[in-house]
Amino acid sequence: MTESIATLEPIYSTTAQPESLTALIWRRFRRHRLAFFSSIILLSMVALVLAAPFSGYSPTEQEPRNEFADPSAEHWFGTDELGRDIFTRILYGGRVSLAVGIFSTLFSLVVGIVIGALSGYYGGWIDNVLMRITDTFLIMPVVFVLILFSALLRELPALADFRSSVWIVIIAIGAFAWMWPARLARGLFLVLREKEFVSASRALGANDSRLIFLRILPNSLGPLLVSATLQMAYAIITESGLSYLGFGIQLPTPSWGNILESAQIHVYRAPWLAVFPGLMIFITVMAINFIGDGLRDAFDPYVVHEK
Amino acid sequence: MTTYISRRLLQAIPIMLLLSVFLFGIVRLMPGGPLAQAERNPNVTPQQLAALRTRLGLDQPLPVQYVKWIRAFILEGDWGYSIKFRRPVADMIWERLPATLLLFGIGFLVTLVIAIPLGVYSAIKPYSLFDNLITTFSFAGQSVPVYWLGLLLIVIFYLNLNSPFSDGPMFPSGGMYTIGREGDPLNLIWHLVLPIIAISASWIAWYSRFLRSSMRDVLNEDYMRTARAKGLPIRLVHFRHGLRNAMLPLVTLLALDLPSVFGGAVFIETIFAWPGMGRLFWDAARGRDYPVLLAVVMIEAALILLCSLMADILYGFLDPRIRYD
Repeated sequence: MTESIATLEPIYSTTAQPESLTALIWRRFRRHRLAFFSSIILLSMVALVLAAPFSGYSPTEQEPRNEFADPSAEHWFGTDELGRDIFTRILYGGRVSLAVGIFSTLFSLVVGIVIGALSGYYGGWIDNVLMRITDTFLIMPVVFVLILFSALLRELPALADFRSSVWIVIIAIGAFAWMWPARLARGLFLVLREKEFVSASRALGANDSRLIFLRILPNSLGPLLVSATLQMAYAIITESGLSYLGFGIQLPTPSWGNILESAQIHVYRAPWLAVFPGLMIFITVMAINFIGDGLRDAFDPYVVHEK
Repeated sequence: MTTYISRRLLQAIPIMLLLSVFLFGIVRLMPGGPLAQAERNPNVTPQQLAALRTRLGLDQPLPVQYVKWIRAFILEGDWGYSIKFRRPVADMIWERLPATLLLFGIGFLVTLVIAIPLGVYSAIKPYSLFDNLITTFSFAGQSVPVYWLGLLLIVIFYLNLNSPFSDGPMFPSGGMYTIGREGDPLNLIWHLVLPIIAISASWIAWYSRFLRSSMRDVLNEDYMRTARAKGLPIRLVHFRHGLRNAMLPLVTLLALDLPSVFGGAVFIETIFAWPGMGRLFWDAARGRDYPVLLAVVMIEAALILLCSLMADILYGFLDPRIRYD
């Protein structure tokens, strides 16, 4: 009797190396073809803007007598009102726009996770105070507040240097976007702090910071990563929008938004000027949204892929 | 219910006060301030400046100034005085509000009329050709920057296409009425077409997507099976039994979305020269007209708070399972 059980083949081989979580997520993510394709597009976009100096033109060099040239073999996206190569300007603008997207996402995510973690982990009056602050930020009409902020900051003489406007925009966007990751992190921490593995770790003598950063945080990375993609799409759209309205990145630093702004004035003479910068924003944001969708499916154990 | 509403209203007060302290603080603590223009003007003597400061109460400590400002704002409806237009801000806001409400009200109706059938049909036939098309469209709609879409619409319908009825463009590039035809509803509709397309595109994308997932959850419920089993026409099952329940979470989503809806107003109204609150705000920001900026942000925040409260109450009426006591 015992012998026959022992000789039964196990359904899953116990000797094989178990698949790691990262490998599992990666396998599931690759199966979402649009998301996989989108990550290739996004990576190529990053490579392209990093390769901006190799475009053969300078973003500021003007070609008098060649203003508003149609898109051609020499000037792929044409030239603008000063005869500058639009393709090159869009690549340099892309560096700024993508950098703003990445850094303000990091900023809002770090702030949001810290606030959400404190709120969810400690609860009580800390939670109450932090969540009232979060509520206050959530009812702010963000675009209005950002414009107000930007108008005020522009008055500071110390910030008159145009290069600093990139950091102002990064901080301003991040400062009004941390509420969503904060609420998400709070919810995750509320649930996870009651789990057995956390109690076990606490029983072994782990202190609060160890529990927060090494036990709970790694287990909430999935949803936070998905929210990071949403944040980044939001940050890129907001940066371009602010710059488009004249309250974001200031010329001569190019960004997709302010290239679009200058294009608007000349839209009657050169409509293609308005098409390309917006197209770059559109493609990038769409790729990020698809990646977010792919990650959501990859992290969600209930999603079963058809086909 | 009454206790719930009053409790929520009481909770709203500290949030509004916190926001007002924050806004008042950043506007007042920045260099420049309300007298920046007068200070830069060489024709204004220091004596005049001091007199102006006393008259506006700027020589008093900040907390005193704040209390005065917030009291006037709430109790007397005195929302400040525009530096640029030399008019009470309240008058300017009341003038602009109807245009914004009209644009967004119609945009919202158009969105519902299109998004609801799209969401329901793609939920009924998930992963069909129709559903995949809608999914692609909705990702595109969620990703397209509204200001770029507006600009493209102007390039296509104003610059390149001509009206089939008369000389001139198919649709105007901006404004609410053609000069000389103010008050003509047909002219208004003609001016509304492009801005409405621009705002509703992304809303339709978000809401149809959201409705699809909430409808798919509802389709698996027991009461849906019961409705089908008792032989009700399938359309009735989907639209009366299904949609009603699937629409519930949409109410909350709408309330949460309001800040971004108001934000969209700035872009749409700026591009299409629509004489609403967003355009007013943009003009004020370019002219550093701080009393206007401060008042508009406060009013918008109050509206957002009020709408989210109404959404919660409405939710209680729509869903009898929710009890607020």
